[in-house]
Amino acid sequence: MIIEPRPSVSVLRAGLAPVWAILAALALCAVLIFWTGTSIPTAYFLLFKGAFGSAFAINETLTRSIPLIFTGLAVAVAFRAKFYNIGAEGQLYAGALAATYFGTGMITLPPVLMIPFLMIVGALAGGALLIVPVLLKTRMKVDEVVTTLLLNFVVLLLVSYLIEGPWKDPMSLGWPQAAAVIDEGVLPPLLAKGRLHLGLVIALAASVLIWAMMRFSVLGYEIRAVGYNAGAAEFSGINVSRTVIITALISGGLAGMAGVSETAGLKGYLTLDLSPGFGYTGIAVAMLAQLNPLGVIPAAIFLSAVYVGSDAMSRAINIPTYIADVLVGVSVLAVLCSVMLSQYRVRWRT
Amino acid sequence: MSDLFEILLTAGFWAATIRIVSPLIFGTLGELICERAGVLNLGIEGIMTVGAMSGWMWVYQGGGLWGGVLFAAAMGALFGLLHAAFTVQLGLSQHVTGIGITLFASALSYFVYRMLLPLATTPPKIEPFDEVAIPGLSDLPIIGEALFNQSPLTYLALLAVPVVWYVLHRTPLGLAVRMAGENPVAVEAQGINVLAVRTGAVVVGSALMAVGGAFITMSWFDAFYFGMINGRGWICVALVIFASWQPGKALAGAFIFAGLEALQVRAQVLAGGFIPYQFFLMLPYIMSILAMIVMARKTKYPQALLVPFRRGERV
Repeated sequence: MIIEPRPSVSVLRAGLAPVWAILAALALCAVLIFWTGTSIPTAYFLLFKGAFGSAFAINETLTRSIPLIFTGLAVAVAFRAKFYNIGAEGQLYAGALAATYFGTGMITLPPVLMIPFLMIVGALAGGALLIVPVLLKTRMKVDEVVTTLLLNFVVLLLVSYLIEGPWKDPMSLGWPQAAAVIDEGVLPPLLAKGRLHLGLVIALAASVLIWAMMRFSVLGYEIRAVGYNAGAAEFSGINVSRTVIITALISGGLAGMAGVSETAGLKGYLTLDLSPGFGYTGIAVAMLAQLNPLGVIPAAIFLSAVYVGSDAMSRAINIPTYIADVLVGVSVLAVLCSVMLSQYRVRWRT
Repeated sequence: MSDLFEILLTAGFWAATIRIVSPLIFGTLGELICERAGVLNLGIEGIMTVGAMSGWMWVYQGGGLWGGVLFAAAMGALFGLLHAAFTVQLGLSQHVTGIGITLFASALSYFVYRMLLPLATTPPKIEPFDEVAIPGLSDLPIIGEALFNQSPLTYLALLAVPVVWYVLHRTPLGLAVRMAGENPVAVEAQGINVLAVRTGAVVVGSALMAVGGAFITMSWFDAFYFGMINGRGWICVALVIFASWQPGKALAGAFIFAGLEALQVRAQVLAGGFIPYQFFLMLPYIMSILAMIVMARKTKYPQALLVPFRRGERV
């Protein structure tokens, strides 16, 4: 078996890579569905119907995609610079903590100021959480994957302490949750019905902004240069450490905004089940988007549809909801393969 | 403070340390073997979950305990093979593949568990491994009970350390594995197939990780819970760095870590009311980060770690 680079990769071939990956993932999960005894077309039809079958379903799918757009962007920016931030989950909660600290009555501003203010403090908190890992990486070459992963657990325990202890809402009837975000800080709903909120607009704006930054700004150029070849970037006069640090702060900031959006937009208050692994799913989103900030939007909507749809599917027929997580994991692996196959070709003779 | 020292003299503390250390030894050795061959295996968290679920499930479905351990190891090896196919044979990103394997393997474990036991609300139990006392030694005060009256899997873990050390450092095979992680071109020049060596190392390492997971459900506890691995895999990755890729130091590191964790559980009782329990639970993760910082200046990564090898391609 010989793997050799294709002489040229057409836009179509590159663009179709994630589509092939998704089809491959769906085909592999069909094996599991077959095992449950349900007919495969029925199961996938129910999944599709659950995600897009009604105005309510579409509303729910878009709502669920908001945190995934943010965490997907966070991962896409970081991975572009080969900074492997696997801590979006922790940074999301850091943002949620900031939104709770400042948003539950400490400061009251009119909504026009309050919402941006909460977004900014959330982003700062998310970025702040990455300062230690990124400095350890640039100064002492400590692997950021492990440090960011371990910090996820630390932050989650901190949240657990705060909402069971000092921040516990006395009105919550014993449930461990923090006080509600004040009305001025709540992200208003976009439609009369359903849970879709302003977070979607902010997430879409963030995608476009990050795309423009990566594409047109000097910083974006530096981030890409550092990612392609850090040695060459350093040689050409780019301050690699500085670029990696800025990348990390942007990445953490985006993940932090996911936390604000979930706290101030969807739930209204901080709980321990604020995120069912949005930080980790963000990795799948970014990979399906091939690290393209605009590609993050459809990728997030697709994976959100998988979650929302499989909830509906498992209610209707006897398939464990974990099928959605399997699909997410498989699609990460499948997209790695399909992107490689779009750039390389395999020849079977020796 | 004197209370803390008293804890150190109780047999319960040492028994807990040994219990906590066993899965860490398996996981750390497994990761160490992979990384020595030049492959970072971030699938460890998921592979330990697979091991925990499959070993337990084997026994629950009526299989023997040792059969369960073997089955867990085989499942781990299978996911190791998947990881190796991506990272070694195709040369894809080791970071992303590893995370993908973890997501896939954990989700698949949960899916299979729910599929086979759809209605279980309280996790069903199995009859776990019994302690086996080593005659004579187990009568020693304090440590006798802890060290020499343990589950056979713990003895297996302790035995695995010198075996892995011997194979890695005293056999031609081990030399090939270590060279594959340092200078794969030189290995290839010796007529040894780098891809085969790396694949083998990842498969064996992953099997060990899975046995570590199986220890948790088959010896430590007697049931499988969701989220049961809870970051132990990541802690093993940190321990490998702390141990500078040496099996002996890995054992020492795992013991220090497990000792502190066992102490933490007991200190939690002492400090109950003063310090919230969450801060004690944070300690293992913070200690792992600190351990990496402490060793950062001294660590000598395997030179070819994370570098895919493509035959005939110049580096």
